[in-house]
Amino acid sequence: MPIAESEVTWVQETKLGLWEQLYIPALIDGLKTTLGHMVSRKVTEQYPEQEPKMPLNYRGVHRLNRDAAGRVKCVACYMCATACPAHCIDIVAAPAPAEWQKDGREKYPETFVIDELRCIYCGMCEEACPVDAIELTTLYDLTGFSREQMVFDKEKLLSVFDTTTKAGTDPVRTQAGPLGAASEVPPEVK
Amino acid sequence: MPTFDLTITAIVIVGLIGGILGVCGYLTLGERKISAWMQDRVGPNRVGPGGLLQPLADGGKFFLKEEVIPDHVDRIFYLLAPAVAVGTALMALAVVPFGATIPPPEPVPITTPDAVATFEVQQKAYSESFNFVLAPGLDIGVLYIFALGSLAVYGVILAGWSANNKYSLLGSLRSSAQIVSYEIPLGMSVLGVFILVGSLNPEKIIAWQATAGGTPDPVLGSVTAWLRGIGLAIGDNWWIVLFQPLAMLLFLASSYAESSRLPFDLPEAEQELVGGYHTEYSSLKLGLMLLTEYIHLVASSFMVAVLFLGGWSLFGLESISSNAIVAAVLKLLILCGKMVGLCVFAQLVRWTIPRFRFDQLMNLAWKVMIPLALLNLLAVIFVKQFGWSLIVLTGVNLLLFVGAGVLGARTRGSITNPKRAVKKMPPGLPAGVTYAGR
Repeated sequence: MPIAESEVTWVQETKLGLWEQLYIPALIDGLKTTLGHMVSRKVTEQYPEQEPKMPLNYRGVHRLNRDAAGRVKCVACYMCATACPAHCIDIVAAPAPAEWQKDGREKYPETFVIDELRCIYCGMCEEACPVDAIELTTLYDLTGFSREQMVFDKEKLLSVFDTTTKAGTDPVRTQAGPLGAASEVPPEVK
Repeated sequence: MPTFDLTITAIVIVGLIGGILGVCGYLTLGERKISAWMQDRVGPNRVGPGGLLQPLADGGKFFLKEEVIPDHVDRIFYLLAPAVAVGTALMALAVVPFGATIPPPEPVPITTPDAVATFEVQQKAYSESFNFVLAPGLDIGVLYIFALGSLAVYGVILAGWSANNKYSLLGSLRSSAQIVSYEIPLGMSVLGVFILVGSLNPEKIIAWQATAGGTPDPVLGSVTAWLRGIGLAIGDNWWIVLFQPLAMLLFLASSYAESSRLPFDLPEAEQELVGGYHTEYSSLKLGLMLLTEYIHLVASSFMVAVLFLGGWSLFGLESISSNAIVAAVLKLLILCGKMVGLCVFAQLVRWTIPRFRFDQLMNLAWKVMIPLALLNLLAVIFVKQFGWSLIVLTGVNLLLFVGAGVLGARTRGSITNPKRAVKKMPPGLPAGVTYAGR
């Protein structure tokens, strides 16, 4: 697309007067700036001793949220696995236990595995989840000694939920109801 | 100590080299700290308290790194270059005073009574004194430093040429052109100092500055008397910078160019040349190359302090104690303090002014600094010839400086920065310019 004529400004070089040509006043001006920065407040964070405060929308390690009864919130709908561009989520669905069925839960994930090494931390699983069961936390320093350690199963993901909510770093951000819109009966069927 | 004594000389050499290398190590830390503070960072702070042991860690790292000698280099000159660079830089320190010095006595005219006896007494007193300089009483002192300073370019040229690498070669060519050009204003700006003092001997130059108030100069004498009258006993210090501020400015700028500090660091402009002339060096050889630049900085800071800022004199503070040892330590601290201050100033300037373009660099040396130094030299010659007061020189220096600025403003800066004539453009597109698709 060509640039519109009205958006073009033609700039002439500024004319330097005696003050600028003497060079030393400009140098002193520059020294004032640099010396001002020398004594100003430093922005460095002393990392291992001083932990950075991550913004709440930081995309770190995943967690599987629990519902009010402490059960896994996930309804095994496979939407996160479908949305995942890195194919790092592996879910095996199973019929929910009998007492869960009373709350309208038909399915639950028998296994829920995320390969944290494959994940690109795009956050699409969180966006796709209809029941706000999967969320990305602000945990940024994920390390492990082997590849196997970095494959997180359901228990591990639930324990991430427990630790992050207990530490208060990541409050539950769910906006849907107890089980979310997807698990409720659509209004026209009622 | 002026009589040669092998033991004392060896001790001074060891102390001097150890001290200078220590100072250079801590200058690297200072450089990193100052740059960090200027960029609102904290800087290295993990090794030792506040990062104070960082230079040791850096040095140890240089020792432990793998030493790579690429196959395509000219081995003899490649190995010779760091040795030449460091050797010439260290040798220049031989005549640089780093503490209290006493100039050799003036010759005694034969017409005076007891000429021989007086001479012998003076010589005996001189030979028993201790001078904080490796080679005291060298009458060509400053000339020797300049000679070795221009030899230092050989290290750079050998490194760049033997590396068989385009970037190294470009860096060394830039460096040699720059050093050869800036040798001239560097030497010419201090010629005025030599004419004022009448000697090339650094010890005599310091002594002149420490006692110039005693010279029969009517204006200076009355100023000193007036200062004494209002209770300001500043000693008899008349530093040469008072009479030669422009010369000091030229000398300082040229010495930055000589030791390739910003804004004149084109020989090792990382953004353009990878690393400059030391691109192909690794391990301790790279360390030596980097060390050389700091030694140059230290040596030229010492030179500025000695030639223009009065050496070990500081408005009578140096003679506050009559104890010889305390006085010697005081003078050592004053001179080294001035040196460190000048080094820190160079590092402040480094992060304040951006790098020159190469043609601007050359124009600055040949079209501005050399004529100014020449005119300043002329003024000094006139003042000495006609016996005018030295205050005249201060005025002439300021006039020259402002005059150069006026000339620069009149020519719109085209002396150092030649430009094509630019026609004033009306707003909108110039006639005949159309964009594609129209």
